[in-house]
Amino acid sequence: MALIKCDNISLGYEGRTILKDLNFSLDGGEYLCIVGENGAGKSTLIKTILGLKKPMKGAIETGDNLKRTEIGYMPQQTDAQKDFPASVYEVVISGRLNSLGMKPFFGRRDKADVMDKLRLMGIANLKNKCFHDLSGGQKQRVLLARAMCATKRLILLDEPVAGLDPVATQELYDLIEQINKQMGITVIMVSHDTEATLKYASHILHLSHDKIFFGTKDEFMHSEDGIRFAQRKEV
Amino acid sequence: MEIFADMFNYQFMVRAITVGLLVSLCASLLGVSMVLKRYSMIGDGLSHVGFAALAAAAAAGIAPLKVAIPVCIAAAFLMLRISENSKLKGDATVAIVCSGALAIGVMIISMSSGMNTDVNNYMFGSILSLSAEDALVSRILSIIVVLLFVVFYNRIFAVTFDENFARATGTKAGLYNGILAVLTAVTVVIGMRMMGALLISSLIIFPSLSSMRICKRYRMVIISSVIISVVCFMIGITVSFAKSTPAGASVVCANLIVFAICSLIGALKGRVGKKA
Repeated sequence: MALIKCDNISLGYEGRTILKDLNFSLDGGEYLCIVGENGAGKSTLIKTILGLKKPMKGAIETGDNLKRTEIGYMPQQTDAQKDFPASVYEVVISGRLNSLGMKPFFGRRDKADVMDKLRLMGIANLKNKCFHDLSGGQKQRVLLARAMCATKRLILLDEPVAGLDPVATQELYDLIEQINKQMGITVIMVSHDTEATLKYASHILHLSHDKIFFGTKDEFMHSEDGIRFAQRKEV
Repeated sequence: MEIFADMFNYQFMVRAITVGLLVSLCASLLGVSMVLKRYSMIGDGLSHVGFAALAAAAAAGIAPLKVAIPVCIAAAFLMLRISENSKLKGDATVAIVCSGALAIGVMIISMSSGMNTDVNNYMFGSILSLSAEDALVSRILSIIVVLLFVVFYNRIFAVTFDENFARATGTKAGLYNGILAVLTAVTVVIGMRMMGALLISSLIIFPSLSSMRICKRYRMVIISSVIISVVCFMIGITVSFAKSTPAGASVVCANLIVFAICSLIGALKGRVGKKA
């Protein structure tokens, strides 16, 4: 059975529908990019998959015994985090909270996992630095490390490279690919980056106000939407 | 030194100091989350609701804490709810609650005992207002607040830093927001009779703001906020005893001075940091 399955769901807020009759399903290990215009409902879809919002119609099914505590999430940065006093270590270990169960405090295994994920992201040396003093690329790595601490099977990324310079962007894409290919974690990513989408994704969900496309990357490249999409640099 | 010995000679001072220290401890722990979650003014709203509840309890002749604590907990939930969901903005909500509760409290007092020293005591606090039984209840409650804070420390950090992430990855964010609200309500009620309805919220806000000027890690902010709060309380209460000034106002003034010093240190550090 699919890891995530949407069967004719509708999304929106305050009584306004922004996405109608959405269908797609994703198996373990796949890499889905959600692309589309601003306001087409990309972030809303991510929030619905995460259970932060309820769909207006239908429900998102999770299969294969996927539990809420096995999902990692890398949100866009919030304003409140800009001056939040927290060290990199404190931020990353908060991702381990969902494996804590009823225990109040983190144990040796949690701490070891944090160090693993920091090394994976190449930021072990930043462990005691203050989160808001970091550069944009470093912050995104910290949030990715936190998401990795929270997940075993599925990770959702909401515009992970927004505002990064080309080098930092490339490095982050490489890390995400590594997570997907080597660790077998399913990736769902919202993206504005045409080139990267066509390079890394295995599946594509293209949202626009009047039409929704879902399929593998090859199907997309040969579809009308895909051809138009590939000609543009940014969406 | 002599003045300390003097202070501890009076039963009511010992009572006031032990309760005050515990309240300062609770307030500084919770304050960090309240400030970072942009809920600073909720403490203020709660203290005004507490004022109305105390007035009502006094008029009805019921033990004040028994009325004020449940009423404030309910108000805390209401304010959290409203500021999250409704079209009313959080600060507007708190402003309505503050002035509404204040007006109700004053009405109750004027219709029952009349405007007298009671009002003054509720507004600005009085260390004489604590009975032995109140003091005992206050101590027990504040110890419970501290213990719960420690037990939920990691969860409180998570919902403070990034509520959406916490919720999305399976932490019951609503529950921990609720716990924060309850703990804050209890702290405000215990503290307001000594500090006064108008001044108790500063006990929540000042120490954490001061420590955020100089510390950059969450745990360090919490620890230094506790130290600042406890030290400021001791300075304030000592000044109050020596110069016969109101306790609440003296503690707030001590906090204000420390905040100014911390801001200065923070600004200097920032400037050095930029040069380096």
